[in-house]
Amino acid sequence: MSAIVQAPLGGPSFLRRVLRSPSATVGSAVVLFILALALLAPLIAPYDPNLQETANRLMPPSAAHWFGTDGFGRDILSRIIYGARPTLLLVLVVVLLMAPLGILVGILSGFFGGITERVLMRITDIVMSFPRLLLAFAFVAIMGPGLINGALALALTSWPAYARQARVETAALRRSDYLAAAEMVGIRGVRLLWGHILPLVLPSAIIRLALDLSGIILAAAGLGFLGLGVRPPTAEWGSMVSEGTQVIFDQWWVAAVPGFAILITSFAFNLLADGLRDILDPRHD
Amino acid sequence: MSALSVSDLFVTFQSSGKGFTAVRGVSFDVAPGETFGLIGPSGCGKTTALRAVAGLNTNWQGSIAVFDEALQPGHKITGVLRSNIQMVFQDPYSSLHPRHRISRILGEPLTLRGVRNVEDEVRVALDQVGLPAPAAGRYPHQLSGGQRQRVAIARALLLKPKLLLLDEPTSALDVSVQAEILNLLNDLKASHGMTFVLVSHDPGVVAHMCDRAVLMQAGRIESELDRAALSQGGWVEQLAVR
Amino acid sequence: MTEPLLSVEDLSIAFPSEAGPVRVVDGISFSVGREVVALVGESGSGKSMTGRAIMGLLPRRAEVRAKRLAFDREELTTLSASGWNRLRGSGLGLILQDPKYSLNPAHKVGRQVEEALLLHTKLSAAERRERALDMLDKVGLPDPKRIYSSYPASLSGGMGQRVMIAAMLINRPKLLIADEPTSALDRGLQDQILTLLRSLTEELGMGLLLISHDLQQVSRYADRVMVMRHGKIEEQMASADLANAKSDYTRALWAARPSAATYGTRLPVYGDEA
Repeated sequence: MSAIVQAPLGGPSFLRRVLRSPSATVGSAVVLFILALALLAPLIAPYDPNLQETANRLMPPSAAHWFGTDGFGRDILSRIIYGARPTLLLVLVVVLLMAPLGILVGILSGFFGGITERVLMRITDIVMSFPRLLLAFAFVAIMGPGLINGALALALTSWPAYARQARVETAALRRSDYLAAAEMVGIRGVRLLWGHILPLVLPSAIIRLALDLSGIILAAAGLGFLGLGVRPPTAEWGSMVSEGTQVIFDQWWVAAVPGFAILITSFAFNLLADGLRDILDPRHD
Repeated sequence: MSALSVSDLFVTFQSSGKGFTAVRGVSFDVAPGETFGLIGPSGCGKTTALRAVAGLNTNWQGSIAVFDEALQPGHKITGVLRSNIQMVFQDPYSSLHPRHRISRILGEPLTLRGVRNVEDEVRVALDQVGLPAPAAGRYPHQLSGGQRQRVAIARALLLKPKLLLLDEPTSALDVSVQAEILNLLNDLKASHGMTFVLVSHDPGVVAHMCDRAVLMQAGRIESELDRAALSQGGWVEQLAVR
Repeated sequence: MTEPLLSVEDLSIAFPSEAGPVRVVDGISFSVGREVVALVGESGSGKSMTGRAIMGLLPRRAEVRAKRLAFDREELTTLSASGWNRLRGSGLGLILQDPKYSLNPAHKVGRQVEEALLLHTKLSAAERRERALDMLDKVGLPDPKRIYSSYPASLSGGMGQRVMIAAMLINRPKLLIADEPTSALDRGLQDQILTLLRSLTEELGMGLLLISHDLQQVSRYADRVMVMRHGKIEEQMASADLANAKSDYTRALWAARPSAATYGTRLPVYGDEA
């Protein structure tokens, strides 16, 4: 009995576990950095991102403009910093719509089985068979361009994977002893789904999310590239790449810098997902 | 009045079209205050029958009555009956939710019933099974197998059941820990005035704990054993898989 | 007695932790010859760690120290990776608790049983198959041919464990270590498997180190018994002498088993258990 009192309280803290995984550490550091950029943009950006100085169009990187200027003479560094905002905002909207919807559908199908499962899974299959980007374009074409519409489009086509994963895990859990034990003491319905099943389904959903985010960022950039994302002149990395392709051979930095920003952000989320997988695996405790 | 009266129980599982009848017409009576054994080799249907009584499997035919109150096939057990029938599961690791602290595992059923002073009640529950108060702040993986099983027992006792079902409660434990848990169970049975139904394939545990038992084989009851028969041990070979 | 197969002198195993090194095995000494020796202890006594140290299967961060840890006169603490590869599966064999986790579900049984022969001998495919079938028969499996070409998933627990034994013994190891080989099985099966291990040990002239938490059970099959507690060996004796055990702990471990004789009484419990 004394063994309980002697054992250290809890395991190593969450922060320590993050630090133990190099991928998670690097990934989260970069993500936090980009988040800081987005939040502190007005304070750190050297210029107004929409300020046009046509006399200084397409200038190469210099002391005055660290990343040079674009076709309208706007400072690219400032546009990169401000461009983090729509990117992260879109990511946030997609996450808030996609994951809860998918997890909800999955848990309900896995838990109730029978007709509920069949109907929900067929719907999931149908949505899953739509090509994501194409549907996003169609959506935006109908509803008009804009960040929120783009986010909605991406979210509504991306939730099926979460539903399938959550369903499989929930179905496996249904046969477990801890759910049986919870039932025996009268825990039912929403309380059971929210308090007992969800915490067990969440870790793998989070990992999938981190992995998905890199793809979503690329998809958002793709929308921007095609002019279906934010409206000009708002700074957004995808549309910046698009503008840059016109002068790519002579003024390569105009397209390369935002392209690089997309790459780094995407990569950071990938690393984070990699590290999270190790941390959140319950078998690691 | 019997504590548990089972009559002509049939339990069938359906999987991909084929049906498998795990329990075929089982009948037995358990007197109040006794420890009744459901024994037999793996696959004989004893656990299936127990889970039907527990209300974990509502897909059965026949009749089951606990202290003269009948269970309804196809319906989940609710109300007083739900409190009166509780179960201790085999594997202490898989019956406690890995992400809940002990305080929540023991507190939630009480909160659900509007009990006040849940914290105090949890401490009382832990004390009853010989665990110190700090255990409440732990997660299951921070406790040993024996400690986890004590928590499982404490949880089963929260609702003050009259009938306690035990599904191989010590088979996952070391011999010496098993001894402590069996002692604890017997102490609690006496102090709370409960009736036990014990499923086990371990002849030593059965011979030590049970007042009476029925031996099952392939879904049916093969023989009934009273205390004298249990002491003799002629039934032990029948626990091996054929 | 004949020259011991395994000699352990002053073995210690420690794991680094945030609070300093934790000693799970603390200076134990024993030997195993061509006999059945039981190493008995509760969870946390260090018995499984000892078994793994002998097989070289401890995680890298474990610190193993011994005055002598020799198998067949070869010092194990300084053995290279290739040395271990040579020993495991030919001189040394290991059977673990749950065949579900030791048998690869993606490969057929026959292939896994033959694996040691593939790695350590130059027998032809036909010869390997013949030896495998012979071994499957020896471990008491009915219809060895069918089992040879089936997958582990179709085997019951008892059959799976027999297959594991066949796979480990096929290359006639000198020493077999069995770590709780029957804990995952039904009681009735447990006796069958232990009887099988005992008779094969005698037939093949091997040594067998049986690691278990159930003193009463393994003592029936062992020539000698060693009781471990908190990383140390509490007591060693011939199993016939167990009734005269000197240590209170050993006596309590022995008496802890429930039976018809203990009906209506409290089982004895040793003082400082958790």
